Amino acid sequence: MKMVKISFLIISILFIWFAQNYIDPYALSILNNIAIFAILALSYNLINGVTGQFSLEPNGFVAIGAYITALFLISADTKVDMFALEDPAPIILAMSLDFLPALLVSGVVAAFVAFILSVPVFRVRGDYLAIVTLGFGFIIKILAINNPKYTNGAMGLNDIPEFSNLYWTGGIMILTMLAMLNIIYSKFGRAMKAIRDDEDAATAMGINTFWIKTYAFMTSAFFEGVGGGLLAALLTTISPDQFTFLLTFQLLIIIVLGGLGSMTGTMVGTILVIGGMEWLRFLDENMTIFGYETGAHPGMRMVVFAILLIIMMLFARKGIFQDKELTEIFKKGSK
Amino acid sequence: MDFSTFMQQMVNGISLGSMYALIAIGYTMVYGVLRLINFAHGDIMMVGAFVAYLANSAGVPFEISVVIAILAAMLTGILTDKIAYKPLRDAPKISLLITAIGISFFLENLFNVLFGGVPRAFAAPEYLTKILHLGSIVIPVTVIIVPVVTGLLLGITLLILNKTKYGMAIRSLAFDIPTVKLMGINADFIIMLVFAMGSALAAIGGIFYAISYPSIDPLMGILVGLKAFAAAVVGGIGSVTGAVLGGFILGFTEIVVVAFMPELGGYKDAFAFVFLILVLLFRPTGIMGQDLERSRF
Amino acid sequence: MILELKNITMRFGGVTAIDNLSFGVKTGEIYGLIGPNGAGKTTLFNIVTRNYTQTEGEVIFNHEEISDLKPDMIVQRGIARTFQNIRLFKSMSVLENVLIGFHNQANYTYFESMFRLPRHFLFERKLKKEAMEMLERFGLVEFAEVNATSLSYGNQRKVEIARALATNPKLLLLDEPAAGMNPNETEDLSEIIRRIKDEFGLTILLIEHDMKFVNNMCDKVLVLDYGEEIFEGKPSDAIVNEKVIEAYLGDFKHA
Repeated sequence: MKMVKISFLIISILFIWFAQNYIDPYALSILNNIAIFAILALSYNLINGVTGQFSLEPNGFVAIGAYITALFLISADTKVDMFALEDPAPIILAMSLDFLPALLVSGVVAAFVAFILSVPVFRVRGDYLAIVTLGFGFIIKILAINNPKYTNGAMGLNDIPEFSNLYWTGGIMILTMLAMLNIIYSKFGRAMKAIRDDEDAATAMGINTFWIKTYAFMTSAFFEGVGGGLLAALLTTISPDQFTFLLTFQLLIIIVLGGLGSMTGTMVGTILVIGGMEWLRFLDENMTIFGYETGAHPGMRMVVFAILLIIMMLFARKGIFQDKELTEIFKKGSK
Repeated sequence: MDFSTFMQQMVNGISLGSMYALIAIGYTMVYGVLRLINFAHGDIMMVGAFVAYLANSAGVPFEISVVIAILAAMLTGILTDKIAYKPLRDAPKISLLITAIGISFFLENLFNVLFGGVPRAFAAPEYLTKILHLGSIVIPVTVIIVPVVTGLLLGITLLILNKTKYGMAIRSLAFDIPTVKLMGINADFIIMLVFAMGSALAAIGGIFYAISYPSIDPLMGILVGLKAFAAAVVGGIGSVTGAVLGGFILGFTEIVVVAFMPELGGYKDAFAFVFLILVLLFRPTGIMGQDLERSRF
Repeated sequence: MILELKNITMRFGGVTAIDNLSFGVKTGEIYGLIGPNGAGKTTLFNIVTRNYTQTEGEVIFNHEEISDLKPDMIVQRGIARTFQNIRLFKSMSVLENVLIGFHNQANYTYFESMFRLPRHFLFERKLKKEAMEMLERFGLVEFAEVNATSLSYGNQRKVEIARALATNPKLLLLDEPAAGMNPNETEDLSEIIRRIKDEFGLTILLIEHDMKFVNNMCDKVLVLDYGEEIFEGKPSDAIVNEKVIEAYLGDFKHA
């Protein structure tokens, strides 16, 4: 098994190097997209799939990460020029870090915010996590719009230095994958799955379910914060309207398709959904069917994806990989 | 702030609170019987408002448009349950929640594709949009009609819940589904009834909302739905009177805080969230709620 | 006395499930809770494990009042339980189920496992070894990698007991351990329970309907009816006690 993992790792690294140097910009941008979505989806699957706590948080934490990284990367002079609604606060002008520490700070702040949300939510059993995290996405947006001193308000931030490339996105994707697998195959991962399977029984085994859920949620938030930072440094411009529920919904589709609880499944799901989004782009555009102009329908793809999600839940709830990893499936097969 | 402005804010608060209350009832009833946050509920409200608008613009008299809208919302609610929730009654909770969010997203985007995302002006008949002058207080007539109709509907809802055999069944379903099946009551019919009642009230709430803030768009249900759900939790999820109380508390707070502290105006939409967090921290069962989590062993 | 319940009353809404009940379990005893359905036996278990909070009364374990503790803390104090309707973790193998029981004995941190530091491996190796030893005791080694819920009913019961033992309890609560078993399986189970009791120095509190099993196993029984004590003493005396017979006959009449 070790050999399989190591060869996977080497092939991925070679592929990243090859793609960054030899592939055309359009394909490269799709690969960057896939890598960032994979980071987000892998960590999203930890709280939803592995721990079984339905959460709708990614867009909020991605926004936090994107803003923090962007503010660290943009130079003080550029900030003074850019902030049109109000002068930037002194702390904003003082913020300056290299890319890697900026990403780490983004992740840590997101994880800290996740901890604060955990306290009211996980003390209560039930499904308030979903609604609180859904509301949280709106709160982040409201905060960004109403504090132009810190965020430049509705105008957002631009001229973010373009640090992200496939080495960064792909490299962090691999690290995220390893971190997730390491967690799953530890006492913490077992406890998360136990909570998903039967919370009462998990408690009866002496597991402090509050902390296990909080660990899972904070870990998801950390990587979503980092992913947000990568996204900001890839797009070079961000605004409060960008991090909507649409982002979370795409991630939800990915983890359901790949299999709730399966990290390798999530990789496959990411490639299928991001690829599918590109391939289905024509649905949103004006089409001529039998000489009849359909007109442009922005959102048509989302209707299709929503139907896909519902059908998946009704008929193939376990997704492509169920809750197993590729390696476990290999193991079963070789027996 | 003088007395007349104060009074004016009060009636505005009651009016907004009524709308939240009407929508919150559907959340609380569905949660009561299925322990499910029906994410699509806010969008069912949107469907109600949209159908009323479409029928009215097609020349149907306003009153009949309202009836059509209520029926359309009921149908949407019932179909949502039959297609998306009923097959998953025995599935893990997370599957149901995911389907619910799927339905919500589907409705939003379907209406977006069909009718476009641009807000449309909602035209109501003159007798509903009139402005009254009571001394120095200037109030739109809706501000009076909305609470009155809400009060009536709440009375009818409570009457159904407490005095009819279907109401009894709904309430016993809220505690334990298997027992109800043993009692010989068709649980699926009762659940359908819950969706129908909740959706009808949501449609009326949506139409009121559309008249008061005279525009509608396919995404209007998200934020209003979120707030109404928060109201239901504040009042005590599972309790209809609690939902109404929560709706009023939220409506009042939004109006009054903004009136007294205009600098907080930009954060108006965040109050519901703050309430939700505070209630979860200090009184997770809400004001009127019972502990629905028990009876699990 | 390892466990003492003093004046316990439990009301749900208007219904009194347990009415002013007091009893104690001596260290090393096998103590049986019996009584017709709905007598409040499982409710009593849930009070001891803190899944319910009693309306009135005290629960004392090892000279400590435990009413303010959370259910997971109770396990760390040394009380483990099984469930009436077996509740194994359905996505996990037999080995993983037992490993969950060892959760609090693995002293590595979240970061140590995320970065795969030496302590992670150290404890994982140790736990796997102990878990396999536990499976050996129950004759389940061959099923270690099999999905737990695919086992036979009798073996699932054994996994559940093994999992509870893995938490290193002093007091073990068994909720109808012999339910649904054939006489051979019951015999097998009795033997295992006696053996682990001696080996681990356990005290056992169990709920059971099978009177032969109770008679055979228990040092002492408490008979409950409608949340009230109607008898406490030797099992052989219980089955000839008039009140006990009446309660059970009443149960048969209802059924």
